[in-house]
Amino acid sequence: MTIDLNNINVILATDCGSTTTKAILIEKVDGEYRQTYRGEAPTTVEKPFANVTIGVTNAVTEVGELAGRQLTNDDGTIKQPATGSDGCDLYISTSSAGGGLQMMVAGVIAEMTAASAKRAALGAGAIVMDVISSNDKRRPHEQIQRIRELRPDMILISGGTDGGTTEKVVQLAELIAPAKPQPRFGSEYEMPIIFAGNKMATDEVVETLQEDWIDLAVVENLRPKLEQENLGPARDKIHDVFLEHVMAHAPGYDMLMDWTDADIMPTPGAVGDILQTIAKKENINVVGVDIGGATTDVFSVFDETFNRTVSANLGMSYSISNVCAEATMANVLRWVHFDMDERQLRNRVKNKMIRPTTIPQSQESLIFEQAVAREALRLAYKQHKEFATTLKGVQQQRTVGDTFSQQTAGATIVDNMKLNLLVASGGVLSHAPSMNQTAMMLVDAFEPEGCTNLAKDSIFMMPHLGVLSAVHPEAAAQVFERDCLIYLGTCIAAKGLGKEGKPCFSWSLTGDVTASGTCQFGEVELIEMGPEQTGTITCEPMRGFDLGGGNGKKVTHQVRGGTVGLIIDGRGRPLGLPEDRQQCQQTISQWVDNMALYEEMEQAVATA
Amino acid sequence: MAHAYTPGLKVTNRISHTVVRMLPIKGDVMVQVGDNVDANQIVAATYMPGDVYPLNMANLLAVPPKDVAGLMLHQEGEKVEEGEPIAETAGLFGKFKKKYNSPYSGTVETVSEVTGQVILRGPDIPVEVKAYVSGTVTQVTPEIGCTIEADVAFIQGIFGIGGETCGPLKFATNSSDQTLQASDITEDMKGCVVIGGARLTDASIEEARNVGAAAIIGGGMDDQDLKDFLGYDLGVAITGSEKKGITVIVTEGFGDIAMANRTFNLLKKFEGHEASVNGATQIRAGVMRPEIIIPLEAGDCEEESEHAGGHLEVGLPLRIIRDPYFGMIGKVSALPPDPHVLGSGSKARVLEVELQTGESVIVPRANVELIEA
Repeated sequence: MTIDLNNINVILATDCGSTTTKAILIEKVDGEYRQTYRGEAPTTVEKPFANVTIGVTNAVTEVGELAGRQLTNDDGTIKQPATGSDGCDLYISTSSAGGGLQMMVAGVIAEMTAASAKRAALGAGAIVMDVISSNDKRRPHEQIQRIRELRPDMILISGGTDGGTTEKVVQLAELIAPAKPQPRFGSEYEMPIIFAGNKMATDEVVETLQEDWIDLAVVENLRPKLEQENLGPARDKIHDVFLEHVMAHAPGYDMLMDWTDADIMPTPGAVGDILQTIAKKENINVVGVDIGGATTDVFSVFDETFNRTVSANLGMSYSISNVCAEATMANVLRWVHFDMDERQLRNRVKNKMIRPTTIPQSQESLIFEQAVAREALRLAYKQHKEFATTLKGVQQQRTVGDTFSQQTAGATIVDNMKLNLLVASGGVLSHAPSMNQTAMMLVDAFEPEGCTNLAKDSIFMMPHLGVLSAVHPEAAAQVFERDCLIYLGTCIAAKGLGKEGKPCFSWSLTGDVTASGTCQFGEVELIEMGPEQTGTITCEPMRGFDLGGGNGKKVTHQVRGGTVGLIIDGRGRPLGLPEDRQQCQQTISQWVDNMALYEEMEQAVATA
Repeated sequence: MAHAYTPGLKVTNRISHTVVRMLPIKGDVMVQVGDNVDANQIVAATYMPGDVYPLNMANLLAVPPKDVAGLMLHQEGEKVEEGEPIAETAGLFGKFKKKYNSPYSGTVETVSEVTGQVILRGPDIPVEVKAYVSGTVTQVTPEIGCTIEADVAFIQGIFGIGGETCGPLKFATNSSDQTLQASDITEDMKGCVVIGGARLTDASIEEARNVGAAAIIGGGMDDQDLKDFLGYDLGVAITGSEKKGITVIVTEGFGDIAMANRTFNLLKKFEGHEASVNGATQIRAGVMRPEIIIPLEAGDCEEESEHAGGHLEVGLPLRIIRDPYFGMIGKVSALPPDPHVLGSGSKARVLEVELQTGESVIVPRANVELIEA
């Protein structure tokens, strides 16, 4: 369908998450696109509804009521085009409902072609259920058993550089063919398999996978040389197959696909697109996180290299119980500054898991949920750092000068000291009653070093803007700049460890705000600095601490304020907490007070 | 907006229910349309292809991959026993031959000339599918399975562990708010679906398993008890494959929570009837809830089909499903349209609930579920 971009005045966008379907309205106001209204409703992929469009209609109806605009027809479909105070000109959607896109990938060497295949799948917005490789330490029959047990929506096979091994690649195909994995959409579903490996092995792979239950597609090799990745063709094919096969089998998606004016994108793919755009435009290193009900996605762009990971079982509703199991309840509770009954808490966690749409009503409940969020984010970022590495298997030439640096291939490219912007999105971060809470959840979990700007996606519209940027880049850019990101402020944090109460670094701020002081180790403090204010901070760290200039070296950073302000963090990196429960509670209480985490909300409740 | 959508669970007196019984792969369907089947009756059976054992024969015999096919003593499709020679090298002048004995029994499935890999398939694994619910076969898909239809009383639980089972309903408590203790479990509950009231204690579940009960059902249970029973901390709620010797279902949630009166009374009405239960729960995409299905005979009760859920309206009975009022029952007394600041500091749309105690409380709309009066 051809869209005349000049005649688009009202845009409706939805994101069908695993728990909630979010709808936003974008309207042309005084010649500029602005996000105006937002609504949400529970996602309805489960029985008795089993039709995603019901949740979409409910969310859109809410937006319509708030906007005073009739956006749906009597039969629930989207009213198009816009006429006066009714309908919209463009309707687009992203989706992660139905568990998103679940894939299995295979490659010859776990650290090389298999890792590249995983990157391609993750970059396309998939959840990678398992990675099969020739050297994954499982015996072939165990690998086959695993493939049989999995119920992927699609399989990606890579392996071999062009002209490299064919035997090992064909062996991978030989494992998959007899395993005959059962897709979760029933026996009539033809399993899509994408081959993106050594082009010399293509004929033999095609012959091996000549089965009536397989729908095989061949694309360019995703690792044609050891030192080169070519993920684009595989990612595009994954996206095509997602639309053709997976979405068509999810409940109600055939209807939703008819409603939308552009292809439905997997939510994480859309968020990744918009973050890459920011990093490129501003020439900065960015980390973005989207913590959802079932999964947590982490995106990073360091030195123009994009990486995305999805932690499939770290989330705040469906997966909350798994966060507590994986992190342990003791680690969750270290972030809570008062006593809680663990037996009762365990029940609360499970009740949230089985009824995922409930929200915290009491302050105690909120503090506990934010403690769980810190652990979920911390674990997700740890997984991301382990995954986002330089290409492994590349031969390196060393000189005498490299003797002491010992940089190895496969080292993580995530460097918190080089991180410029940390963006938060997802319910628990975006909907926190106080922005100070959002900022501290980010700082505690990600432990940024040096000077880092903190921002949040105002109402979780990055997925909508990601897909909009593919259809109407101008509208997406305007809304992103004006309505999407809310700057929380800047975090100045020292790397290193010291003795509590001893000086960590001294600092001096000039510009719109003037202040100075000495930050003691173990302390965190907040300097008021509004959204429009900027300044220059000069820091002189003590020996053993680094703020971006090197160990003990003076450094100057440009800083910007925000809704939270300037965070001066002398708690050290890596961030540690006292093991003694009483002492830990005292420490957290001090940080809570210094950062005014729960004061605003107490006032809000008092005045309500 | 005067209405808000709230999801709920199905609890119904009578409904026409169909279960689809399918083989994982093609096989024999042993019933015909119109047959009346019993829950324990096998309706379809087949053999699953056995486990697969790849053997890298080229490496094992130290020969080029393309030579492997010519050295096989058993060709594709032929059976081989464990310990029997499966391949042999030509040797030198007929001597110094190298034999390789099969480490498994099975059938030679493929011999690859590219990789020199031999795929050996183990013996077939028998698979039987039972009817699960007593009823009438209404549809047969040849070689795949059948559909069974029955008028049933149908109850969805909120969480369960363990798979399909069946047995007569037997009550171990007198009221829906009575905690089930080990002392309430008796020897005559062997093979039964045991009904408790409120919380299932760890000792009661253990005792029910000891006497050989098929399943145990209650309003709630403590997560700590679940962890102790399973032997691990359940992270992701995908259950049903646990082999604990008993199926456990809770109808309301975790903690000390009474079974909804409607559920308790419905089960009570059918005490002694055969029930099919399944604890399989999947709180994810394609949500699956545990179920209790009681096949009915014609005339058992009036035709009625309804389920909890729908729209919030003043006067409707509900239950609060989140702390600080978790488990409390009341009715909607007002639906203020504007968002309200909660104790947590968040703004959310709320409703006013008149609790059974007469007290009136404000609760987020997301934290309630409708129940039937």
